[in-house]
Amino acid sequence: MKTDVTNIMVCGIGGQGVMTAADILATTALDLGYDVKKTEVAGMAQRGGVVTSHVRFGEKVFSPSIAPGEADLILAFEPAEALRWSTHMRQEGMIMVNSYAQLPPVVSIGLFDYPDDPFKQLEDKGLNAHQFDAGHAAIELGDRRLVNSIMLGAIADHLPFPAETLEHHLLARFSAKGEKIVDMNRKAFSLGRNAFS
Amino acid sequence: MSIAESVLTETRQFISGNMAVAQAARDAQVKVAAAYPGTPSTEILEYIAEFPDIYSEWSINEKVSLEVTIGASMAGSRALCAMKHVGMNVASDAFMTQTLIGAVGGLVIVVADDVGLSSSQNEQDSRYWGRFAHLPVLEPSDAQEAYDYTRAAFSISEQYEVPVIVRLTTRICHVKGVVINSPAESHETSGFVKDPARLVMVPGNAKNRIPMMMARDIELKHFSEESYLNTLEQGEDKSVGFVTSGAAYYHVKEAFPNAPVLKLGFSHPAPIEKIRDFSQSVEKLVVIEEVEPLLETELRAANVEVYGKDIVPRIGELSPPVIQPVVNKLLDKTGQYDNIIPAQDIFPRPPTMCVACPHLGIYYCLSHIKNTIIAGDIGCYTLGAGHPWNALDTCISMGASLSVAQGIDKGRSEADKNKNVLAVIGDSTFLHMGMQGLLDITYNKGNVTILLLDNRAVGMTGGQNAPSSGINLQGEETTQVDFRKLCEALGVKPERIHEVNPYEMPTLFKALRSEVKIKEPSVIITNQPCVLTERYSKLPPLKVEDDKCTGCGNCLDVGCPAITVTRRETVVKPNGKEKELAFVQIDTAACTGCDLCTKPCAPDAIVPAYNSAQGNAQIIDAVEVK
Repeated sequence: MKTDVTNIMVCGIGGQGVMTAADILATTALDLGYDVKKTEVAGMAQRGGVVTSHVRFGEKVFSPSIAPGEADLILAFEPAEALRWSTHMRQEGMIMVNSYAQLPPVVSIGLFDYPDDPFKQLEDKGLNAHQFDAGHAAIELGDRRLVNSIMLGAIADHLPFPAETLEHHLLARFSAKGEKIVDMNRKAFSLGRNAFS
Repeated sequence: MSIAESVLTETRQFISGNMAVAQAARDAQVKVAAAYPGTPSTEILEYIAEFPDIYSEWSINEKVSLEVTIGASMAGSRALCAMKHVGMNVASDAFMTQTLIGAVGGLVIVVADDVGLSSSQNEQDSRYWGRFAHLPVLEPSDAQEAYDYTRAAFSISEQYEVPVIVRLTTRICHVKGVVINSPAESHETSGFVKDPARLVMVPGNAKNRIPMMMARDIELKHFSEESYLNTLEQGEDKSVGFVTSGAAYYHVKEAFPNAPVLKLGFSHPAPIEKIRDFSQSVEKLVVIEEVEPLLETELRAANVEVYGKDIVPRIGELSPPVIQPVVNKLLDKTGQYDNIIPAQDIFPRPPTMCVACPHLGIYYCLSHIKNTIIAGDIGCYTLGAGHPWNALDTCISMGASLSVAQGIDKGRSEADKNKNVLAVIGDSTFLHMGMQGLLDITYNKGNVTILLLDNRAVGMTGGQNAPSSGINLQGEETTQVDFRKLCEALGVKPERIHEVNPYEMPTLFKALRSEVKIKEPSVIITNQPCVLTERYSKLPPLKVEDDKCTGCGNCLDVGCPAITVTRRETVVKPNGKEKELAFVQIDTAACTGCDLCTKPCAPDAIVPAYNSAQGNAQIIDAVEVK
């Protein structure tokens, strides 16, 4: 039973701005008159844990959580996290991956292995996967926290609403922090958008 | 824009369940709100603190927070107390007697269950407390209902002179949805009325209140049968009907959009007759409740035929993919979730301590002291039980480290006679429920070495203030507890109390080594602030000089997440044994220069990342941007 609800999952690790990105997507949908629900479990996310945020919008949304196999779009801030949550994707959905890998201490010290080429594994599953090194791009722009603005830009032309509305809500979020910060985020958004428009 | 401002400009808001509760408190003219921080309920009080008309406080523990709100209710004002599920265990002493007194001003207790244990030491179903204490339980299903039901809870509380439990779960607290507020109401405070027969619970008085409580049960039951909070939603497909409450309601609607549903907003006392009537209209009736089979058991006792935990999982969160297949099996049907693939099994990302956390040096030392039994406690420092330190041997409940250590000391067998017993506890947890354990140790001549990790904040829930901060919920300066004096007052000899900077590992190590040898209680207080708080100041970052790194891996024992391995090698030592080498780097953008990793680095390969003052200024600026 496919309803008219759009399911967007944002995944990554604590501190990458996953929840902020999901919040911006949610408020954009809200502004356009949709019913919206957004959920996450972030109890220990602050400390490098796995973070996922689910955004669902449509005429009427019931459950806040996206079931496995039902995400129309996954925005993955880290390649291994993209692989972990790829089972949540609809076969005809799209997954946008930040290719900048971040290894947790348990991998770094050798207790666990990082998966071989996660992006290739996504492609091998036949998923509509795209990648972009938003991590390095953000560092080059001057602040690694710009990753989420770049990633939002990357999906901006693949959403059921105009990219400009999303950009407006993204920038509104930073308006209190001064023109310099707004400008940096505008640049970041454009950079991501130009890569996948 | 502050929350208060956003309310003035918007009528259709997108807010979390926690914020919805806060706004309901404001619109219901609550006068006093109190809580101790705890996931997933913490934000309720943080939001309430933004409303200047409400007196709000971080209480010392949940029992105190409940008692403060009980007092406010006795004074005739509306009051709200919020806590996580385990907080109710602490508050229960006051709670179980307050039910006999009942509410004067509206009294609402918001309890948030961490179903699925995302950030807790156990999983509890707080609806039990309603049964235990003869109190009504409301269960919102989303943020809008969190708002509406909190408002309704105050009316019910005053109408029936009863404290009301609003039971939330993580999927209500932290889920954002569209919320429309109702007009604020005015609430006149009646003032404190002396009424010892009701307010002084000595046996003679309390005995007389029990019949009142029983009569109230019956009234509440009638209310439940008729209440607008318990609604029947008709559905075309009568092959199965559902009785459900809380977050599970929306999961049922998602999984079975055409099924009739009796939704219980006022879930205890349950409207048994209404459910019995409903059961006649459907072929099969399934109870979907998170966590325990409470309603199911009551329905079975009332001879209503239901399915429940015999088919639905008893553990963890429910969801459409969990509910639909088990019910479909009952109906001999198939559905879209039958072949669901869970998340791919790759490496975990267990929570880590923060970069430069003052606890890192402490656990480095603890993991290098032999012959210890270390009782841990609840907070960020519980992570010391994990890799690479593996330093904690127990963790139970808030404050238990000291009393458990006392028991381990007194109960030790011959095999453990040379073991050093330690307790590790944070500042806020010590004040919450740990002090009593220390007094027990000193009074009963125990022998425990206590590490009191004072980072002046409730770190695990995000760095909230506590009496150790000297700052209150509103951010105002206030009394700051003096731990040295406090420990002395609790009976620790002054010479057995040491205050140590945890970044100075040799000093800390020396203090630990000498104190564990002394056969009486001692307290080592560490005194550096939580890195999540404004008190913490960053230092210029460090880097690893590749040509100097010998791959010894000693720095990894500190456990700082800014240090990562770049390559591994296996070498054969002269004695023929193989040795694993791990060459490392430091994430300079994350490092804040605490210097802990330089201490175990044998070849001095860790050096400042930027030599010139200008370089430092640049990197600091980059870190501070935003």
